[in-house]
Amino acid sequence: MSFNLLPIAPEIFLLTMACIILLVDAYLSDESRDLSYQLVQGTLLGTTSLLWLTFPTQKTFILSSLVVIDPMGALLKLFIVATVFVVFVYSRNYLKARNFFKGEYFVLGLLATLGMMTMVSAHNLLIIYLGLELLSLSLYAMVAMHRDSSQATEAAMKYFILGAIASGMLLYGMSILYGVTGSLDLSVIAQKTAQLDGNKTFFAFGLVFLMVGLAFKFGAVPFHMWVPDVYQGAPTSVTMFISTAPKLAAFAMLMRLLIEGLPAMQAEWQQMLVILSVLSMAVGNIIAIVQSNIKRMLAYSTISHVGFLLLGVLTATQTGYAAAMFYTIVYALMGLGGFGMIVLLSRAGFEAENVVDFKGLNERSPWYAFIMLILMLSMAGVPPMLGFWAKLSVLMEAVHTGYLWLALVGVILSVIGAYYYLRIIWMMYFEKPLDNEPIVTTPDMQVALSANGLIILGLGMFPQALMMACVGSIG
Amino acid sequence: MVDTLIYLLIVIIKILIIMVPLMGAVAYLTLAERKVIGYMQIRIGPNRVGFYGWGQPLADAFKLMFKEIVIPQNSDYFLFFIAPMLCIAPALAAWAVIPFADGLVLSNINAGLLYILAMTSLGVYGIIIAGWASNSKYAFLGAMRSAAQIVAYEIAMGFALVGVLMAAGSLNLSEIVKAQNGSLIHWYWLPLFPLFLVYLISAVAETNRAPFDVAEGEAEIVAGFHVEYSGMLFAVFFLAEYANMILVAALASIMFLGGWLSPFQGTPLEATFAFVPGIFWFLAKTSFFLFWYLWIRATFPRYRYDQIMRLGWKVFIPITLVWIVLIGVAVLLKLPPWFV
Amino acid sequence: MTIEKLIFYFFATVLVFAAVRVITARNPVHAALFLVLAFFSAAATWLLLQAEFLAIVLVLVYVGAVMVLFLFVVMMLDINIAKLREGFIRYLSVGILVGLLILVEMVLVVRTMTAPVLTAAPVSAVPNIEAIGQVLYSIYIYPFELAAVILLVAMVAAIALTMRSPRQHKYINPSLQVNVRRADRIRLVNLPAEPKD
Repeated sequence: MSFNLLPIAPEIFLLTMACIILLVDAYLSDESRDLSYQLVQGTLLGTTSLLWLTFPTQKTFILSSLVVIDPMGALLKLFIVATVFVVFVYSRNYLKARNFFKGEYFVLGLLATLGMMTMVSAHNLLIIYLGLELLSLSLYAMVAMHRDSSQATEAAMKYFILGAIASGMLLYGMSILYGVTGSLDLSVIAQKTAQLDGNKTFFAFGLVFLMVGLAFKFGAVPFHMWVPDVYQGAPTSVTMFISTAPKLAAFAMLMRLLIEGLPAMQAEWQQMLVILSVLSMAVGNIIAIVQSNIKRMLAYSTISHVGFLLLGVLTATQTGYAAAMFYTIVYALMGLGGFGMIVLLSRAGFEAENVVDFKGLNERSPWYAFIMLILMLSMAGVPPMLGFWAKLSVLMEAVHTGYLWLALVGVILSVIGAYYYLRIIWMMYFEKPLDNEPIVTTPDMQVALSANGLIILGLGMFPQALMMACVGSIG
Repeated sequence: MVDTLIYLLIVIIKILIIMVPLMGAVAYLTLAERKVIGYMQIRIGPNRVGFYGWGQPLADAFKLMFKEIVIPQNSDYFLFFIAPMLCIAPALAAWAVIPFADGLVLSNINAGLLYILAMTSLGVYGIIIAGWASNSKYAFLGAMRSAAQIVAYEIAMGFALVGVLMAAGSLNLSEIVKAQNGSLIHWYWLPLFPLFLVYLISAVAETNRAPFDVAEGEAEIVAGFHVEYSGMLFAVFFLAEYANMILVAALASIMFLGGWLSPFQGTPLEATFAFVPGIFWFLAKTSFFLFWYLWIRATFPRYRYDQIMRLGWKVFIPITLVWIVLIGVAVLLKLPPWFV
Repeated sequence: MTIEKLIFYFFATVLVFAAVRVITARNPVHAALFLVLAFFSAAATWLLLQAEFLAIVLVLVYVGAVMVLFLFVVMMLDINIAKLREGFIRYLSVGILVGLLILVEMVLVVRTMTAPVLTAAPVSAVPNIEAIGQVLYSIYIYPFELAAVILLVAMVAAIALTMRSPRQHKYINPSLQVNVRRADRIRLVNLPAEPKD
């Protein structure tokens, strides 16, 4: 028996390095802990280059067709690894100031990345589930890692219990699918679903549970209850992690399960996605308005973005999927920047958690206020920011496929949502600062955060390249 | 239906053929223990009952049988009673797959080794339940110590046996013995020497025997988990402990000393001793290990609890892990004379 | 009724009974022990399916190790059950309502559908353990390794979340303790006798 391991070389490299770092870190003193951090970042860079080198041009199935290697997966993996890299850059000082700059934190982050990469290229229910659990377990631990904070512990507990319920739902749905088709392979499931024309009740039954599990993981309404609590309670560096890269993986999971596994059930899952999408957009945008905690506000903002993302998927067209993928990537970029700003304004003993902490940011630092301006405008979907193109492409797809009313609802809700983003901009520019401490930061963070904001502006001017990459990888 | 009943009857008879001598062996092992330790400590040991004390086990049995069973207040009545049974049942059940000689085995199943591991891992329940149900602090402390200790050493013991099954390429105990056929140096004690030592020591810890008997720890916690037991219930714990000792000794001789194989195989004396039945060699090897158990009890002071844990987790498990890898390489290379 | 069926129904009944008792037992230790019983009965029913490897491993891993540690922890906890049950009655009505609703919905859906009948794969001639080993290390090597990574994560997380730095403990280095010499502990001082006043 021989295995073609070359296509999963990035994953193998990542795992090997995670184990090595774990061992190296055990022998480091607290002063030289930076070495683990550098190794971790080096690993992520190495993984990126391996991903680049092994970038596939077509769809291939490897390892007894448990794993699928395709351009969509590779592109998502690239963005996942890059996102994690930036998250770690932003987190370094935050963690140091709070005394949990530990090797385990980064190793868990690496293993979570491995889980996401596994999910992205899974072609089998078993692999999807294992990847998901690898990701979730690492995240639970990362949330709880700040042991002296009772808030973080509470958030970890909620996340763990609700996550376990979601996994249970997903697993139940998968077991029903397995029971009906006798296979865990997504191609076989797709084939069997197509054959059973009239009698789809069993599949629909399983689909419901799959969808509940997926919605839980995405944080789509009405399965969003954990999102605000966990985002608020978790240390900001972890919130940043949870809210960005895993969404890319969740998108891939959605694509694998629904589009590759159950294309014959399109009519059924479309209906479900419509409900999830409308509710998420509505609840996310409306409740975010009344939030005074910015992490909570961004949590509701995430929920609303998930609604838009699902809007792209539910069109069930190639271009719709591409638009949704574009949206997911753009969202990850914006989320990174948003939480990056919170990390920037926080320091030892102080969390810039409240919306009012952004008051008068322009007086304290015009440059960061400008970056935040870009981010907020982009999240609100104001042209010419990247967020505008993301919203536009998704809404256009909805209109093209006859979901005019959905698109209208989306537009109205995003206008409502614009209020709370603009409120922050107002506070930054037109109010007096509450807090006059100088902003301390490190050069790498400065560069990364500035680049983050400028990329959103720059890509907003020229969105074509990224959009084409998404369309190309889906097709 | 009748066929089934007859089949069941035959099985029960077979079980009795194993159990009755086993119980006798247990009884006389207690006497042997007292005698051996006595002589090692320059005393005589029990010599009053019967011919040179040979009636002592019977006298003990009678005494315990007619003693009152005291049930502590606020104890968990049902669990208190069931704990000794949970202790002895797995100790006896494991004998189902032990081959006494070629073909002389109650149930020659493929997963024999796994079955043994599963059964020995169950014995700990009797101990923890006894400790908890007694509603006594000493008993509870003993139970806690025992639970942690057994879990720790079970891993080392399991890994030692993994080495054996890799070497033999089978989980069937008879196959494992047959794989050691050849001569004294073909037996697995030589290629698996570190695992052999780890197994022997872990087995002592698994059976809660000295010097790993902190679960009883007379000096600190009186008698540990069975401090509240008296009469026949206590006797059952006692039987279970000795039955377990004989079991691990028998396993050691099967896994590492070639079970029923003659030690004179491959030597000029092979023909001379060909008349000796295999079961004799098996019992002789088992007795040797049993004597070794008594010997170390008389010689070594009790380990301290944290040292037991350190030995189990930080010494034995790494040793077994390394040796398993080496065995894997040796098996792949078909290293003579063992792995051809 | 063959003897196998009799055995099956016996263990199945015990299994269901034990499973129900796991959630209804008042004492957490009893609940844990019922869970042990449930695992054991499940293992017995697997044996009837000739899945001896799975059955024995279930006993070995879950009953022999996992549940022992579980009991270890549960026995040491001093759980006030009355307090845990405080919200029970309050939420019971809501819980029953939701449960009934889901049950009714599920029955309505399931009633109308005809399940495709799948036949179980025939028992292969290769022994159970060998068969499992062969697929585990060939076709399913990837998920097998992933499962191992998940266990690694669990281990790393457990240690990272619970281990405090050793500076907070007072602990004894046994080798230092054993190697202590008299000179380390006792200082002999020569005190000249004082003259009498």
